Amino acid sequence: MITDNYTAANRRNYSLSESLHIDVPLMIGLLLTAALGLVILYSAGNQNEAIIYRQLTRLAVAFGIMVVIAQISPQQLRFWTPWLFAIGIILLIAVLTFGEGKGATRWLDLGFVRFQPSEIIKITLPMVLAWYLTDAPLPPKPSKVFVCIILIIVPTLLIAKQPDLGTSLVIASSGIFVMLLSGIRWRYIFTAMLAAVAAAPALWYVMHDYQRQRVLTFLNPEQDLLGSGWHIVQSKIALGSGGLYGKGWLNGTQSHLEFLPERSTDFIFAVYGEEFGLMGILVLLSLYLFIIARSLYISAQAQSTFSRLVGGSIAITFFFNIFVNIGMVTGLLPVVGLPLPLVSYGGTSMVTLMIAFGILMSVHTHRKLLSQ
Amino acid sequence: MLRKLHIKDHTGEIRLFRQRAIVAIIIIVLIMIGIVGRLIYLQIFSHQHYSTLSQKNRLKIVPLPPTRGLIYDRNGLLLAKNIPSFSLELIPEQVKDIDDTLARLNKLMPISDSDRKHFRRLVKQKRRFQSIPLRYRLTEEEVARFSVNRHLFKGVSIQARLIRYYPFGEAGVHTIGYVGRIDTRELQRIDTANYSATTHIGKLGVERSYENELHGQVGYQQEEVNAQDRTLRIMDKTPPIAGKNLRLNIDIKLQTFVDKTLGEYRGSIVAIDPNNGEILAFVSKPGYDPNPFVTGIDSKSYAALRDSPDKPLFNRAILGQYPPGSTVKPFIGLAGLDAGIASNSLFCPGWFELEGDDRRYRDWKKRGHGETNLDKAIVESCDVYFYELAQRLRIDKMHRFMSLFGFGKKTGIDILGELPGLFPSREWKRRKRHQAWFPGETLITGIGQGFTLTTPLQLASATATLSVDGLHFRPALVHSIQGTNDPEPILLPATRYKSVLLKNPQNWQRIKRAMMNVLHGSRGTARSSAQGASYTMAGKTGTAQVFGIAQDAKYNAEELDKRLHDHSLFIGFAPFEKPTIAIAVIAENGGSGGHVAAPLARKVLDAYLLGKGL
Repeated sequence: MITDNYTAANRRNYSLSESLHIDVPLMIGLLLTAALGLVILYSAGNQNEAIIYRQLTRLAVAFGIMVVIAQISPQQLRFWTPWLFAIGIILLIAVLTFGEGKGATRWLDLGFVRFQPSEIIKITLPMVLAWYLTDAPLPPKPSKVFVCIILIIVPTLLIAKQPDLGTSLVIASSGIFVMLLSGIRWRYIFTAMLAAVAAAPALWYVMHDYQRQRVLTFLNPEQDLLGSGWHIVQSKIALGSGGLYGKGWLNGTQSHLEFLPERSTDFIFAVYGEEFGLMGILVLLSLYLFIIARSLYISAQAQSTFSRLVGGSIAITFFFNIFVNIGMVTGLLPVVGLPLPLVSYGGTSMVTLMIAFGILMSVHTHRKLLSQ
Repeated sequence: MLRKLHIKDHTGEIRLFRQRAIVAIIIIVLIMIGIVGRLIYLQIFSHQHYSTLSQKNRLKIVPLPPTRGLIYDRNGLLLAKNIPSFSLELIPEQVKDIDDTLARLNKLMPISDSDRKHFRRLVKQKRRFQSIPLRYRLTEEEVARFSVNRHLFKGVSIQARLIRYYPFGEAGVHTIGYVGRIDTRELQRIDTANYSATTHIGKLGVERSYENELHGQVGYQQEEVNAQDRTLRIMDKTPPIAGKNLRLNIDIKLQTFVDKTLGEYRGSIVAIDPNNGEILAFVSKPGYDPNPFVTGIDSKSYAALRDSPDKPLFNRAILGQYPPGSTVKPFIGLAGLDAGIASNSLFCPGWFELEGDDRRYRDWKKRGHGETNLDKAIVESCDVYFYELAQRLRIDKMHRFMSLFGFGKKTGIDILGELPGLFPSREWKRRKRHQAWFPGETLITGIGQGFTLTTPLQLASATATLSVDGLHFRPALVHSIQGTNDPEPILLPATRYKSVLLKNPQNWQRIKRAMMNVLHGSRGTARSSAQGASYTMAGKTGTAQVFGIAQDAKYNAEELDKRLHDHSLFIGFAPFEKPTIAIAVIAENGGSGGHVAAPLARKVLDAYLLGKGL
């Protein structure tokens, strides 16, 4: 009854965006970034309109899915969380047994749709951690932290085994971000960081040859100019030659003359930097920063711990993707195949990203109901 | 459980989260500042550096080869030209089924297995959009047959490039030389920038010595390329400057006539205009066709040339060092006259003996020439007279005098590799042989035997100098040079060496008259060669021993191996009154000079002076 009255009382104040469960500032930030992304992609794809149409379709589908997800209340999401996570883990095991893909086995073909199960984990790992941490007061007790670490390590190792270093890195990070946001004591965090630094050499021995090569190339790209060092060197040339104002849209020589590899996907940021210069990059970074800040604000405003943790993790993971991609393109980080969110050409990760933003919107727009 | 949940510190948790979120946003902003810092470094501070790299990436400088200068003879006939050579080329990217295309092409023209193998190797090496040659040097018929069917072969085309061609083949090879692919040794010598588009370089002859003039200046084309090196457009072009054209002094009609005249003989004929040193004909036999060397001669054909006992690759005119035999006699006689010791006559018994030595130096005429003066000694080629004269002149004086005519010295001809020959002296023998000079050696030097060696070119040049009373010119093959921007050909002025001056210039006439009588006199050694001549000529025969014959043994031509026969020599000039041509003829193993070399010379003189046989 009370709920009915409340909804009835509120209904007349609801605008269209509210009834669609959409956060307008976040939506504007996402749309502007995606639009800018299309402009860059048009140039990076050598003005191939087919690529633009395909990307537009993907964006439309992804934004559609985002809106659908936004309708689901956080409680419902929380209810489904353990089951979704369990399905994700089972599919990850399945992909290792009979998956397909060139070089690395990442894809699962269900007959009607082909997708990467790691994408499910990207969403559900932060959710399952938040779900697990919410039924006790925060900050979590060490025993809970231990269970969380297990929950992070299992999918991370399964994905690293595919092998997909980039995704496993993002997934592990998204889990770690939940832990950090949950209020783990700083001394544990610093101890863990020290332990990680100490364990880094051990990591070298479990890495694949091509992964080691990437690290070596990162340390000295000029050494391997025709191999993977080519990527870094050419992308630095693209960015550097762009200068303050860039060479102008469609005028990037590095990209249009095909010196820049993977220019529609992982290295699209270099295309942008070459054609729009530092000024253009500042615009894009501002858009990203706005999206991140809005996401963190939404999370901070959330009323349930579950929503806060999931939302915060989504915001920071979004930034983490950007950082790894730009760090790679500018030569600050090794080459890890991660796309630039909302800009790079590609399907699966875009849908996953928009599902995440759908969750954020749900968190924000279901807030008033929750407050009762 | 549920109750416990409600008890938990709700506001505390929110505060904790907000704290952490603020830390997160601070770290994120800091990292973003770091990224922007990195971008400022790349895009502002290193902008210049990366801009240069980007330009270097994008622009390719493609060198354009200059067209090699042409070589003409003195009458404007082309001796070396650039002709288009057609090759059949495929662009793999545009050919759907290479095997099928090759099979169909094979019906139009033969494509050998080695062509296929070569082609397959290139396909692996080159990029897919690059044109790859399948067949070289198509015949005109093959070109025509392909052109008609061209529409059936997508991605297959006929490419023309210029290759050097020598229309006169072997008649000119020892003069003009040829061009060939640049080898590693030459690569170190040349200006690599100027040769960046050039594949061939002069290897021999005029092609080599005038390489700088013939080559020209490389041009450049700036192209925008993509990462696969595909040319997208041409940005800027500096056209190459074609090499300069050469006009030779050689009269190619005379030269081919000379070549034909020498026929089967191994040897050399050099003809010079004594008034300026211009070389009119320059032949070394046997020759060889230079054209296969341009595109790369196959090793079997090359081995055949290299190992042939006739040594066709050997340029006898400048490298062949022969004993001059009696052809030195006019010069030695002149030395005697100039020293004032050749006025007497002597009696020739057929031999000559040094005092205190019972070795007999024989005359070629066993019975002797009887009473002999200088003139008779030249006309009949009396050896004894010259033994005596040499003995009185002594070796060093002979050496000094002969050097004035260029004996023992390079002539300075404008092609490379010339050998100096040798005219001995005491000092030379001490230095080279570490031995004292023996009087007997002076005698045989006086008749052009012993250590003395001359090249055909040297003999011709000395004869030319003698024919014009001591005017000494450097023999020259190239007449003039004309660049593309020169309105007129630039003449290469004749180089004059120090003239030979006699104390009494009338002695020139005396020696020359004696030489005239070698041909026109009733007892001249070459009198048969002057029969029916409508002009007057002068000359001297020579017969050079290849094989030492023991004293008193008889030289029997029929019993000796052909390759041990004497070399037949002749020097001469005509017309006697005002010489326009001086000539030296050497026919290896030809036998006596009067029988072989002199008649050959007569034919050449007839051709040059009367146009007979040209």
